[in-house]
Amino acid sequence: MGRKFKSRLEVAGIYLVVLVMFAVILYPLLWAAGISLNTGTSLFSAKMIPDNASLDNYRWLFTNPRSDYKIWYRNTVIVALITSVCAVSLVALVGYVISRFRFAGRKYGIYTFLLLQMFPVIMGMVAIYLLFNLVHLLDTFAGLIILYVIGGLPMNVFLVKGYMDTIPRELDESATMDGAGHLRVFFRILLPLSRPILAVVALFTFMAPFMDFLTPRIILRSQEKYTLALGLYNFVNDAFSNNYTIFAAGAILIALPIAVIFIFLQKFLISGLADGATKG
Amino acid sequence: MQPEYADDKRPAAHSPRAAMLLSLIPGLGQLYNRRYIKGLLMLFFSICLAIALPVPLANGIAGLITLGSDPEIDDSRTLMVEGLLSLIVIVLLAGFYVFNLRDARRDAMNISRGVRIASVRQAFQDSWQHGFPYFIIIPTFIMLVMIVIFPLIFMISLAFTDYSLYNSPPAHLLHWVGFENFKELFTEPLWAKSLLAVLSWTVVWTLLATTLQIALGLFLAVMVNDSRVRFKKLIRTVFILPWAVPSFMTILVLSAMFNDTFGALNVDILSHFGVSIPWLTDPTWARVAIILVQIWLGFPYVFTLFTGVLQSISREWYEAADVDGGTRWNKFRHITFPHLMYATAPLLIMQYAYNFNNFNIIYLFNKGGPPVPGQNSGATDILISWVYSLTFSENSNYKMAAVISIIMGIVVAGFALYQFRRTRSFREEGMY
Repeated sequence: MGRKFKSRLEVAGIYLVVLVMFAVILYPLLWAAGISLNTGTSLFSAKMIPDNASLDNYRWLFTNPRSDYKIWYRNTVIVALITSVCAVSLVALVGYVISRFRFAGRKYGIYTFLLLQMFPVIMGMVAIYLLFNLVHLLDTFAGLIILYVIGGLPMNVFLVKGYMDTIPRELDESATMDGAGHLRVFFRILLPLSRPILAVVALFTFMAPFMDFLTPRIILRSQEKYTLALGLYNFVNDAFSNNYTIFAAGAILIALPIAVIFIFLQKFLISGLADGATKG
Repeated sequence: MQPEYADDKRPAAHSPRAAMLLSLIPGLGQLYNRRYIKGLLMLFFSICLAIALPVPLANGIAGLITLGSDPEIDDSRTLMVEGLLSLIVIVLLAGFYVFNLRDARRDAMNISRGVRIASVRQAFQDSWQHGFPYFIIIPTFIMLVMIVIFPLIFMISLAFTDYSLYNSPPAHLLHWVGFENFKELFTEPLWAKSLLAVLSWTVVWTLLATTLQIALGLFLAVMVNDSRVRFKKLIRTVFILPWAVPSFMTILVLSAMFNDTFGALNVDILSHFGVSIPWLTDPTWARVAIILVQIWLGFPYVFTLFTGVLQSISREWYEAADVDGGTRWNKFRHITFPHLMYATAPLLIMQYAYNFNNFNIIYLFNKGGPPVPGQNSGATDILISWVYSLTFSENSNYKMAAVISIIMGIVVAGFALYQFRRTRSFREEGMY
């Protein structure tokens, strides 16, 4: 009897901890949702449970002529799509070459990749600004996309190379015996087999422009070229308490789809990441 | 007497040394090796480059050395960029040149050993076969050099100039000042004090925030994994939320909630207990707040990682422990914990590296503030956010930002060294 009671008490304790964690996790998220439903724009008068909730802020984002939200959304989707397509194609090809070929400088190339993926982009921002200024890439999407694709290259190549190393070499060797060329082996064998990790890379590179405010802040100048993260950041940054409820509304519209995708794919993402990381 | 012998061996007289010497002008050695297409192409390109490049390259290097002479015409920054790019081009060309010499020698050696020279068609196919990795890697590498390596070199160079707000192009010229800036950083009281404060907080922050988020993730993963707990799927989904929602937004939301005067934490919760904590204006409380926020953001990753490993630990281990009458604590200490650590240690170490460079949370939460008198860094500034604010704030001080970047780079390189050692490449050369 005493033992059973003790066991029940333990389980109750675990549930209590879980409930406390639920409160700590959900409180900020629900608070943001509540704030976005307030009618005023300032944080000072906003309440988590508004007196008269309305979707005014959401409507403002999409209909008000002063709002650039739709343009930012379009910009971000354009940048994200192109970045994702370019990154996946390049990363797959480079990963294939590093995984399957022996060439001069390969070992040092791998070390360089490893080292480079550790350095944060911020360290080189002054130079990137000056360089892009020199070649007229400032305030263009092309500049932003190049930075995202190349900047993320070392890390992504590592994920893909690690994954491709686990695909048996016999497969492509037998194809080569049958007379398949390099590109054929790549397109027919390695590309289809490494789809899971390429999907991870595609998703990560697609989501990055939605979350990154720093790179666009350095590259982009004109407001009609802003991406969502930068535009939203400026809502908060320009005058802290003035546009807060609108920021909350805009943020929720981005956070919701991203969180849903993330939760649906979590198993997939995590196993892909862990594989790439431990087998590198 | 063996005169006929010598005649027979004439092809063997094809000399690798001659091929290499001829290749001092790229292409000639290849022609000597009777690789006509390759030779002509290389000759053509080297003549083009020899005509087009020397003047701009020389100008670039000269500009890099002098950094300009007349502020009306010269912008030292542009000169530096061009100079460093020239330097990179020279290094790359030197690489190709060495490659050309070795290529001529190798082909010549093959010929002297009697390997049949390939027909033009065959040579074409060969170069596709053997050249394929280079066709992919070289362009990628060049882009990487421009976007990632060049900026780092530029930043390092800036540390040796006098580039600051008061001496900034285009109105002024920059000058090379040697280790002047390093001396200033370590000896000038304002800088030395700031550096010490930032360095020590960076260490405390990295260790404390990361360790606590790992500890919480471990605690929760073990608890939820208990076989008696139900609704596991729901619990795990909610626990993953802070990771799933873009941190850029949650940090801004949490920063508003921690606001001293109208933040929800002070107004809605702590006011019931009659306390109001200066979360964003008091240095110590700001540090506490920022660590709490990072734990909130960071534990789900660790939690998920551990949950995955826990499910893969074989039951037999625990059953064996039961037979031996092991207590729960013993089972945790001798089975669960070692398993978790063995499987995830590299990823956990990388969490420390990640927090060391975690610019987003520091900057978005409080911009490194609150300010501290007698220091030009804020109370929660870590190295990377300090570099950022030195670079992009109103009184930019690029040279010092560059010096601090170098210090940061050394630490980052330390983490990278750890990465090197753990990859199999170091131990099992065959894998690569």
